[in-house]
Amino acid sequence: MSQIPEGWEAVIGLEVHCQLSTQSKIFSGSAIAYGAEPNTQASPIDLGMPGMLPVLNVDAVKKAVTFGLSVGARIAPRSVFARKHYFYPDLPKGYQISQYELPIVFDGHLDIELDDGPDKTTVKRIGITRAHLEEDAGKSVHEGFQKSSGIDLNRAGTPLIEIVSEPDIRTAAEAVAYLKKLHQIVVYLGICDGNMQEGSFRCDANVSVRKVGAPKFGTRTETKNVNSFRYVEKAIEYEIERQIEVIEAGGSIRQETRLFNPDTGETRAMRSKEDANDYRYFPDPDLLPVVCSDEYIAAIRESLPELPDAKRARFVQDFGLSDYDAKTLTSSRELASYYEAVVAASGAEAKLCANWVATDLLGALNKLSKDIGESPISADALAGMLKRIADKTISGKLAKDVFEAMLNGEGSADEIIKAKGLVQITDESAIIAAIDDVIARNPQQVADYRGGKDKLFGFFVGQAMKATQGKANPDALNRLLKERLAG
Amino acid sequence: MHKHSIAELAAGLREKKFSSRELTQAYLKRIDRFDGAINSYVTVTAERALKQADAADARIAAGDAGILTGIPLGQKDIFCTTGVRTACGSRMLDKFIAPYDATIVEKLDAAGMVMLGKLNMDEFAMGSSNETSFYGSVCNPWDKTRVPGGSSGGSVAAVAAGLCPVATATDTGGSIRQPAALTNLTGIKPTYGRVSRYGMIAFASSLDQAGVVARSAEDAAHVLQAMSGFDPRDSTSVERPVDDLVVGLGQSIKGLTIGLPKEYFADGMAPGVRVRVEEAIATLTRLGVNFREISLPNSPLSVPTYYVVAPAEASSNLARFDGVRYGHRAEGAKSLEELYKKSRGEGFGAEVQRRIMIGTYVLSHGYYDAYYLQAQKVRRLIYDDFKRAFADGIDLILGPTATDVAFKFGHNSDDPVAMYLNDIYTIAANLAGIPAMSLPCGFVDGLPTGFQLMGNFFSEARMLNVAHQYQQATDFHTKWPTEYAS
Amino acid sequence: MSLSPEQVRQVAHLARLQLNPEQVAPYARQLTDILGMVDRLSSANTAEVSPMAHPLDMVQRLRPDVISEADRRDDYQAIAPETRDGLYLVPKVIE
Repeated sequence: MSQIPEGWEAVIGLEVHCQLSTQSKIFSGSAIAYGAEPNTQASPIDLGMPGMLPVLNVDAVKKAVTFGLSVGARIAPRSVFARKHYFYPDLPKGYQISQYELPIVFDGHLDIELDDGPDKTTVKRIGITRAHLEEDAGKSVHEGFQKSSGIDLNRAGTPLIEIVSEPDIRTAAEAVAYLKKLHQIVVYLGICDGNMQEGSFRCDANVSVRKVGAPKFGTRTETKNVNSFRYVEKAIEYEIERQIEVIEAGGSIRQETRLFNPDTGETRAMRSKEDANDYRYFPDPDLLPVVCSDEYIAAIRESLPELPDAKRARFVQDFGLSDYDAKTLTSSRELASYYEAVVAASGAEAKLCANWVATDLLGALNKLSKDIGESPISADALAGMLKRIADKTISGKLAKDVFEAMLNGEGSADEIIKAKGLVQITDESAIIAAIDDVIARNPQQVADYRGGKDKLFGFFVGQAMKATQGKANPDALNRLLKERLAG
Repeated sequence: MHKHSIAELAAGLREKKFSSRELTQAYLKRIDRFDGAINSYVTVTAERALKQADAADARIAAGDAGILTGIPLGQKDIFCTTGVRTACGSRMLDKFIAPYDATIVEKLDAAGMVMLGKLNMDEFAMGSSNETSFYGSVCNPWDKTRVPGGSSGGSVAAVAAGLCPVATATDTGGSIRQPAALTNLTGIKPTYGRVSRYGMIAFASSLDQAGVVARSAEDAAHVLQAMSGFDPRDSTSVERPVDDLVVGLGQSIKGLTIGLPKEYFADGMAPGVRVRVEEAIATLTRLGVNFREISLPNSPLSVPTYYVVAPAEASSNLARFDGVRYGHRAEGAKSLEELYKKSRGEGFGAEVQRRIMIGTYVLSHGYYDAYYLQAQKVRRLIYDDFKRAFADGIDLILGPTATDVAFKFGHNSDDPVAMYLNDIYTIAANLAGIPAMSLPCGFVDGLPTGFQLMGNFFSEARMLNVAHQYQQATDFHTKWPTEYAS
Repeated sequence: MSLSPEQVRQVAHLARLQLNPEQVAPYARQLTDILGMVDRLSSANTAEVSPMAHPLDMVQRLRPDVISEADRRDDYQAIAPETRDGLYLVPKVIE
């Protein structure tokens, strides 16, 4: 990651457009499924046909309020839709219905964690100025046409919240940390599918630079629609570097809208936005003020799911997990639920369950490029295996083989243990017989050990395990081996 | 047949004196005979009408008919009609056939009314003379050298000439009442939110309201009854049961108190019109109405307020006409910007362009507070004037509808401000959202004039009751322009 | 407040209206007249007045989140000036 040159500081604010996962559009009864044939999900309202009128979707309001409550924001008792005017073919009415002076959500914040080196993190609070409800625009299609562009209005009218941060962000890394946290929250809340490739979660970055200690912000640029965390990082880094270069060369920054090119990692000014924008906002006379009563807000607050930070703290507290494991296991709501199901069903130690889920299972899923929802081993199935570790039927070592077999779809833990004869040897006389055999066959090593070479203990464990085909109960083996070696 | 009231027509249909098909054919014949000179219809839908008439006849035969079943009407060409062009007086929509019906079209169809065609109007309802229509001016049946008023000029001319018994219309700043006054008709604009705006092409959304022009308060009551009601597709539609507008028509109006705003009776009204309005007050006094002078101190500001609010909303509502998804598209545009500018430059007439520019200007950066926001504040002052009057024991308010009788074509065509002042008495009701109506009160040099009633929110029934009682005591509304009497 | 021909051209651009050169001067005069009439608004004392966006003192009604629109693309595009493969066509857009 590139460093900001000495003496300079970047000031970054992010605007995130988050599509709400409703069934229908914000102001019409059209579907919002991704990937449908062009214009098959565009009704006369979405097409801006004459005489058509918007009526607000109840679920879009609920999801916006849900978001607001999750970032400690205030909910406007009365919010107002306004029209934002500009001419563009993906904007059928010539205006976008948005919120301007009175957004539904305002004055919230998000705490992000920054890695300051090994095992050292600091927490920084990023202000959320506002989050307002608005309709998405359609899409222009340029491929496959010579002198034309094609317009698909399926996306027009999809409900969005635009989440606007305070200019509290100073580096590209902070920006990414903020975005990842925001992404995690909206997905946790189930208000957005979070799919960045499909544009469900998009980011515009406002970037300016100034000399450290300068009293005022520099002129900012807005880089549009950067659709992955990595691109956000690159685009911001590029913008910071470019702006500093321009200023150091004696130039000045133009306030403009820029577009990030993922192929070159550069940004460039957008031609279609050359016009100094005069959006001519005014309250939409087709819509009335949206009222959120205290009771309505309280009911939504009641039904909020546990958020990642709270869940993580609870995992540390209740399960005795390390903060690192707790963070991993709460990274998604599905993973956390999976883990909790495993703990509940197995009755095994929470820490052991955490190791298996966070390390073995996630490692395996990663290799398979699957997420937790697609895991070939269900929480119940994994719990079934952990039960057999807990009751000492199998050792942790044998469990690795069982786990592999389960991944391959060879059946439940019990079936695999039975089929492969993997039942652990707990009969002490059998273990003692194996130990005695090892001692008898290795007199030199026994003498050396007894002479003080403690490190050889591992050698004996290995030999004894081998003799039992790995089935000896490790605890018993260790204890008995120590006794027999002591002579 | 064309002189009958709706109640008489309905009785004739029920008693099989004539069928809806015969009635419809009679009107189609009159349109054929007279409308070449008047130009009130933009589209005549004879085939559709006869089909509807046959369906109505079947309903009547089956005993499944309401009072409006089988009664013909004209629809202002601002209401979208599936399969029939809705041009809104504009070249922009010359080829526009909506794939949906306006709610009021659905409702009147469901009541069994027979649509004879779509009626001419000022382009996008912007005008007071019907001279801005892409389809040409409409003549006033009382004097063909004069305008019928606007924007519902086609609606009033058709009813006044007996080319339909009743017509729908819309009123954003007086577009029902002023033309009704100029053609000897009864026109009512109900409370904002009483009639759905769904499928009605928007001019100024916070002011637009659909209503009726008819030859009597009673006829208007029947049709308004059928048009009114809650519509979930319009966020500004009011969820409130509709009063029975017909049953109360016969009530006594003795003891009602009607306010006379002194500002409406100051200078500005033509002397001949003043005489007729004062006679109407005298008639109502004889019927037992009490009159009291009131003050609506901010009414002189209603025209300037309107000419900020209405163009601002219009500039926004008309931004959708860009030649991409429907409507006029200029030939040979090489760039997107050229496509927009040429399509809109060619598609909109001068008055629409003026209002779009005024609206764009008053909303633009640096002017918003001085114009738009200030206009919204003055709008509240105007609204508060009415609220105060109605809280002070006033049942209705009476004043002139128009400053004068119908003027000659071309009279104000190069002076928009003079044209706008035609709306001086009608605009305040739209700004406040209250119901208002105009009804005939006699003639000045052979030309009709009318007076206006304004009421509190949802007082349509009371207004119509007063109008009906007045019409029981007078016969102005029964007069016909000679040429169309027979 | 008077509007210069240059301002008329700017407003026309913002509203995407192509004006013939000979229209600009009369428009400038007429719009100036209209704004002159509208300027009377500044005489009103509105210091304590809250703006009125709407005549109805109601709140926004909410629609249930259900899909109620079927695909009627062919009907809707039957009135479109130019389409191909279900897309509305415009002169090439350069972003």
